[in-house]
Amino acid sequence: MSLSSSLIARAPLVSRIIAAIFGGYGLASLAAVALTALPGHPSEAVLIGMMLSFVVYTCAVIWVFAARSAWRAWAGLLITAAPLALIVWTLVTPVKP
Amino acid sequence: MSTQETRKTTPKAPGIRQTMSDVHTWTGLLVGWILFAMFLTGTVSFFRDELSQWMRPEVRTTTLVDAATAANRVGDTLQRIAPDSPAWYITFPDARANTAQVTWRGTKGFESGAFDPATGQRLEARETRGAEFFYIFHFQLHYLPVIWGRIIAGICAMFMLIAIVTGVIVHKKIFVDFFTFRWGKGQRSWLDAHNVLSVFGLPFHLMITYTGLITLMALYVPWGIQAQYPTQADRARFNSEFSAFLNPTKPAGEAAPLLPLATFVQAAEQHWKDGQAGRLQVINAGDKTARVVVVRRDSQRISNSPSYQIFDGVTGEVLKTVDGARPAAETRGVLYGLHIGRFADDTLRWLYFLCSLGGTAMVGTGLVMWTVKRRTKLPDPTRPHIGFRLVERLNIASIAGLSIAMAGMLWLNRLLPVGLAQRAEWEINGFFIIWGVTLLHAIARPAKRAWLEQLWAGVALLALLPVFNLIATSRGLINSVRDGDWVFAGVDLMLLALAALLAEIARRTAKHQPRAKPAKRNAVAQPKISTGEPRTNG
Repeated sequence: MSLSSSLIARAPLVSRIIAAIFGGYGLASLAAVALTALPGHPSEAVLIGMMLSFVVYTCAVIWVFAARSAWRAWAGLLITAAPLALIVWTLVTPVKP
Repeated sequence: MSTQETRKTTPKAPGIRQTMSDVHTWTGLLVGWILFAMFLTGTVSFFRDELSQWMRPEVRTTTLVDAATAANRVGDTLQRIAPDSPAWYITFPDARANTAQVTWRGTKGFESGAFDPATGQRLEARETRGAEFFYIFHFQLHYLPVIWGRIIAGICAMFMLIAIVTGVIVHKKIFVDFFTFRWGKGQRSWLDAHNVLSVFGLPFHLMITYTGLITLMALYVPWGIQAQYPTQADRARFNSEFSAFLNPTKPAGEAAPLLPLATFVQAAEQHWKDGQAGRLQVINAGDKTARVVVVRRDSQRISNSPSYQIFDGVTGEVLKTVDGARPAAETRGVLYGLHIGRFADDTLRWLYFLCSLGGTAMVGTGLVMWTVKRRTKLPDPTRPHIGFRLVERLNIASIAGLSIAMAGMLWLNRLLPVGLAQRAEWEINGFFIIWGVTLLHAIARPAKRAWLEQLWAGVALLALLPVFNLIATSRGLINSVRDGDWVFAGVDLMLLALAALLAEIARRTAKHQPRAKPAKRNAVAQPKISTGEPRTNG
């Protein structure tokens, strides 16, 4: 098997690894920031976001490898990220108390 | 679709357990060597205070005095040696630490030393970082910028968390597996040992890994803080919610006597009723702007959320009282406290130690299993491919070699000349030099010989150190037991116990013969090669 064809064969796996490591971190970070929109004292929301982000990361990685294909893995990440990104976007210009 | 993706030749898509098993294997393997080192050095850190005492044998256990008395005595000395320092920090002695640890801001950065709490005098002792080195190394490594060390440790911890969760998914019959330990069955026994260690300690491994990430989460996922606290001043405000640390302020330049430090300790202890002072911080002693912070001892509560009082150093007036935190902050405090285990009494501390040692063995057996499993599938076991050899050699140096390096550092603590310049650094450099030599040795020798030689070298270093203490110092095992000095006796006995453990592993490794391939795949008889996995089966 030539090098290029073996690369093509491995592309979905590489794609999943990238999705797991970077996509997972991105999703965890989005969740951490989105959770700061929780009511109550801002520092509480920040802490809850940080503490749960590792759980989100873990779940994301497991989803990425459990999904039936690399495409579905990415799709799952993006579908979850979308509402979180929306919340984060509304937070971009926050009205400080 | 996924058929082509992961297993091109398999007719069916791999099941979820197979996929998770691959994830488990690779997350564990890729960072396993660093994880093993993090686990083992972290494990010893549960006895950091005791080991640090042992590494300063000149310092005899002095009469333990209460925090208020110690504060006054040490305060008097500081008035004399560092009157103009903008900040003093005193950690009081307790049942586990026999000296007051004092740090102050000098003209050239921070200075620190161990002080006798009863006399207040600075103690003369060999220069050593003590077990503090193992503690710091376990989350920040060494020779690297601090931030990078911590980020690498965090990535490894995240891999560990994934490995644990995928491990649970793989072993859905987790409790059945637990009761089916098959001794003396080669690879099967390795797997069983790995399973038993993992299942038995599962709650601990999960807790210690997750809480480890929590301790440095502000570094790993800072985005929420940056969103809510955009400026530097905002972030300082956020951080101050979790720390009793008071930044030095500009002195007024107007002299005013500092009240005796015992005053503040007593006032704070009165406020806590059943609580004791653990640390104290003085800002601008002798100035009108003097401030004193008394922090509650963390061995009395699980949470390490802030509990402290700030006083005006001149009038004694309470300026601020913080007891605990809001719910999420308290949760963080409890998770943090669970990780460092400062609250644990002796029994619980030993449980922590044993569970953590089990976690170390879990990582170690996992690493070794990778080679055991693959050896039977090698096309030519006498000439394994480069990846296999790399894993094999790294296993030797990281498992057996680390034990040698750690024991070696304790030897250096005893052997390096007391007057050596930068002695503390040389203990640590020595640790890494020895560790490096074990890697070279592991590469140079046949694998099985390398395992055996290193394991026995570890046994010798660990077992002979208490013997050396007996002969060359006045604080050997016999004297320690006679004096009831259980810190020194305990460390010596622990070294002997670890030597026995390594000797048993070495003995089993020596007896180990690689299993012949399973009958159905036979054709070629297993050649006699040096394999070199230490074995757990008898």
